[in-house]
Amino acid sequence: MFEIFGIPSQALFGQLLIGLINGSFYALLSLGLAVIFGMLNIINFAHGAQYMMGAFAAFFLLNYAGLNYWFALVLVPFMVGAFGVVIERLFLQRLYKLDHLYGLLLTFGLALIIEGVFRNNFGSSGLPYRVPPTLQGGQNLGFMFLPNYRAWVIVASLLVCISTWYVIERTRLGANLRAATENPTLVRAFGINVPRMITLTYGFGVALAAFAGVMAAPIYNVSPQMGSHLIIVVFAVVVIGGMGSILGAIVTGFGLGVIEGLTKVFFPEASNTVIFIIMAIVLLIRPAGLFGRRA
Amino acid sequence: MLDTRAPLLAVNDLQSWYGESHILHGVNFAVHEGEVVTLLGRNGAGKTTTLKSIMGIVGHRTGSIRFEGHETIGLQSDKIARAGIAFCPEERGIFASLTVEENLLLPPVVKPGGLSLEQIFALFPNLKERLGSSQGTKLSGGEQQMLAIGRILRTGARLLLLDEPTEGLAPVIIQQIGKTIRALKEQGFTILLVEQNFRFASTVADRYYVMEHGRVVEGFANSELDAKAGTLQEYLGV
Repeated sequence: MFEIFGIPSQALFGQLLIGLINGSFYALLSLGLAVIFGMLNIINFAHGAQYMMGAFAAFFLLNYAGLNYWFALVLVPFMVGAFGVVIERLFLQRLYKLDHLYGLLLTFGLALIIEGVFRNNFGSSGLPYRVPPTLQGGQNLGFMFLPNYRAWVIVASLLVCISTWYVIERTRLGANLRAATENPTLVRAFGINVPRMITLTYGFGVALAAFAGVMAAPIYNVSPQMGSHLIIVVFAVVVIGGMGSILGAIVTGFGLGVIEGLTKVFFPEASNTVIFIIMAIVLLIRPAGLFGRRA
Repeated sequence: MLDTRAPLLAVNDLQSWYGESHILHGVNFAVHEGEVVTLLGRNGAGKTTTLKSIMGIVGHRTGSIRFEGHETIGLQSDKIARAGIAFCPEERGIFASLTVEENLLLPPVVKPGGLSLEQIFALFPNLKERLGSSQGTKLSGGEQQMLAIGRILRTGARLLLLDEPTEGLAPVIIQQIGKTIRALKEQGFTILLVEQNFRFASTVADRYYVMEHGRVVEGFANSELDAKAGTLQEYLGV
């Protein structure tokens, strides 16, 4: 055990770890929001509710179908993503030509409805979800204790973020997506089914939220409000990173998680507001966000 | 010039709207396989709207557009593209977020018989040199135009719609585009061209249609050009 700036290493690295964990969720969720905003021009306010649905779906699979965490991690993104596809087909596709405000209001309403339904059925105290047996315990690194599950969350989230970035920025499919974001009419006139691509993109963004929800289930309680608590911070992350920027969402997500964690060590009173202070500063200096392109 | 074959593209009583504004008021013309046909007319006559209507990217359209005998008026633009029609827009439509190579490979192959990358580079040697370039929109105007034409040659589309491919380009580039269009015609492509540059059009076209106020008002072959010079001057104000 040693000290840095008068802070015991356990406390510093402990908060750094919590920062990285939170950052993993910020990154996954803001990535989903960025993908959806880039392609659909919709500010998906239901993202937090879809994250919560992911956690609940994992809970249901475990308790009613006997399918463990690993099954949930694979199945839940598809299940909740399919729910997203239905939402897009039924509602969102009617809004693309209108102002952002309509999409925001619609998804906000959806979020309230989804949350209300879950609160009505499961209360608001939260349900437990245990850490999968293979990831219980932890490693003593000498300067700190690292729980295995938390290490896994950071690695898995990084992997998913980097893969998503790779697919969008470096593959043919990603080139189609980027082109359709820029000029959907022309891309469609090349013979690419853009509406289907938009639907699947929304489904994918929602699936990312659900994936984050499954990963969150063993760390936070599975509760109907878990998404709405997180989503406000995630929106701040998206604004700081730049609306629609893939890399911006990932880097800012992890970065702000760490900054938030460090603030808890050095100036705990500001830890809940530091992200919003940064957001205000970024909005004043670079309104398009750190990684955003000027429209 | 009489051509008794069924036309590759037959447009009949085509009417188009952008929102409330009625742009095309019954356009009629036909393009036969292997031809280069040019739509002439002043600004606002409806030439670009005609191409966009064929491609299915105007808001509302009625009438009949038959391609290879099949009606396409009710189809969405991706289905029309898959039938074998490709579009090179006036503003070129090069994507800033895509590299030159990604831009070139973006339009999917819809039919067999498209050009290979090697054949495209033989037509546009500049493109091959610029392939590693990071951003499609960093190319010069001429190179962007070559990229915009080159990318639709891969797809196997048999009918190419080119909207003012020479606009804003240097004379030497215009010559190269003219050479390319003649080469494409030799390779069996059918081309419907919109041009303001009548001198350029006269070096590549087999036939012309003149548009005015959203209608085709005149059609003639290249051989009748001299006889029609007076009328043309009246229509185009050149």
